[in-house]
Amino acid sequence: MDWFTLSEEEWTAIRLSLLVSTVAVAASLPFGILVALALSRGRFWGKSILNGIVHLPLILPPVVTGFLLLILFGRKGPIGAFLDQHFGIVFSFRWTGAALACAVMGFPLLVRSIRLSLDAVDRKLEDAAGTLGANPAWVFLTVTFPLILPGVIAGMILSFAKAMGEFGATITFVSNIPGETQTLSAAIYTFTQVPGGDMGAMRLTIVAIVISMAALLASEFMAQALGKRVNFE
Amino acid sequence: MTLLVDVRHRLGDFRLDAGFASDGGVTALFGRSGSGKTSLIRAIAGLIRPDEGRIVLDGDVLVDTSRDIFVPKHRRRFGYVFQEARLFPHFTVRGNLAYGRWFAPRDAVSDSQDRVIELLGIGHLLDRRPANLSGGERQRVAIGRALLSAPRLLLMDEPLAALDEERKAEILPYLERLRDETKVPIVYVSHAVHEVARLADRVVLMRDGRVVATGRVSDVLSAPAMNSGMDRREMGSVLSGVTASFDPPHRLATVQLQSNVLHVPNSDVAEGAPVRVHIPARDVMLAIERPSGLSALNILDGRIETIVEDSDGMVTVRVDCGGDVVHARITGLSVERLDLQPGKPVFAVIKTVALDPR
Repeated sequence: MDWFTLSEEEWTAIRLSLLVSTVAVAASLPFGILVALALSRGRFWGKSILNGIVHLPLILPPVVTGFLLLILFGRKGPIGAFLDQHFGIVFSFRWTGAALACAVMGFPLLVRSIRLSLDAVDRKLEDAAGTLGANPAWVFLTVTFPLILPGVIAGMILSFAKAMGEFGATITFVSNIPGETQTLSAAIYTFTQVPGGDMGAMRLTIVAIVISMAALLASEFMAQALGKRVNFE
Repeated sequence: MTLLVDVRHRLGDFRLDAGFASDGGVTALFGRSGSGKTSLIRAIAGLIRPDEGRIVLDGDVLVDTSRDIFVPKHRRRFGYVFQEARLFPHFTVRGNLAYGRWFAPRDAVSDSQDRVIELLGIGHLLDRRPANLSGGERQRVAIGRALLSAPRLLLMDEPLAALDEERKAEILPYLERLRDETKVPIVYVSHAVHEVARLADRVVLMRDGRVVATGRVSDVLSAPAMNSGMDRREMGSVLSGVTASFDPPHRLATVQLQSNVLHVPNSDVAEGAPVRVHIPARDVMLAIERPSGLSALNILDGRIETIVEDSDGMVTVRVDCGGDVVHARITGLSVERLDLQPGKPVFAVIKTVALDPR
């Protein structure tokens, strides 16, 4: 099993990938729920435009998304410069930038999944909760959210998996810096570009398969556990 | 308690323009489907924002469109029992019951949880999930959930309509206990005359979005307004009495009315319990001599008070049987043949089978 001993750099790439994906999912979740609520429940001008923008990363070439992020969130970009000056948040060529790219790429999957389960919620139950004295915030926390939880978790798993595999937008936006922005996918790509790197690429590929499989099983398991709890009539 | 309702609202082609006042007890909003009774109760609950109108409970203004007042549903503290139970599937029965209680003000006076559970007979269901309950059990839990939210007013929107006859018969006694043992005023929507006859103190009769009659149950259900307001087949008399005795071998009970004794099919009520009997007018026959050799068990002697002819040749005869007023729907031909006139002594014949509450 000597060939399977992971080097320090490889471990770094794995850790970085897990960190980037986790942060991407966690940070995009609140926005995902808000956007899904707006799309499912809201009635406002420009709803289809919002829907289109949310889904854009799904259909655009990842390189295009990465380039747009570079223009908008780079040091000189309008949003990037603002965040840098006022909050000290820098995205370009940092792992935070990789997380942003992953969050944007996974966002449509997250929103879609949450929105579908929101559409399926029986709004009569929310009315019933209201007549029992719950204000809209409590109705969401005690009735709506528990009922959409399976969809939220499915969305989180999907966008986590997307983040683990994200390559094009990340490498375009924040490049491929070992220890900072070199995620698992980028590391595999790097291995394939050097002579004799196949072994390293294979090791990381196996790791990627294991992580993806674990995420999938975890989501299955949670869906089942929740399905038992949320026993729909 | 005084509830004042006066609402105007448009829903597509349908116009609701209705109002009523209630001073406690059970007020039934009664009418055919599409008469606007559900829209009216939804407006009271705050589920509909009326175009125009006022809703006031004990001086607390909940809706007044002229002053731009609209109290949202969660601040009204009106319990609402829907046609479908609408239990929360992610909570157990216990959790559902606790839900309403949690949002009730701490100092609110309400029945204790134990009492409500006992009243509705749901103690053995507490750890179950709504999906594992029968329709009748679900509806009882929903009623309990609404009661435990310490409502100032309980709104019930056809709570029995989604249930089969057996389940209805299972819940009705609980509703009667609710009416008699809790002090919460109730607004009860129904299109079923026997539910209204059994439960309501006052009836608001609705048709095409308007109120056509209001008054005591016995008055409204027998008044000529019923003719236009709803199915004529459902018109009848409501008599109050006390269960006097049982005849177990024949599964019959006798009800002591003011001056008559009525044989009714045995329903599960205790001896001495107050009961109401709804006698459909079309099931009452009239005779000018005391009939003999007849299978009907109830023969009441009385005197004709009024005779009212309908547009379609049928006649409603109001007979006073020693204080118990019975209505009979008969043909104009029969009136002529028997020479019926106000003041004439007659016998009202009522089959016991026609009084089956189911």
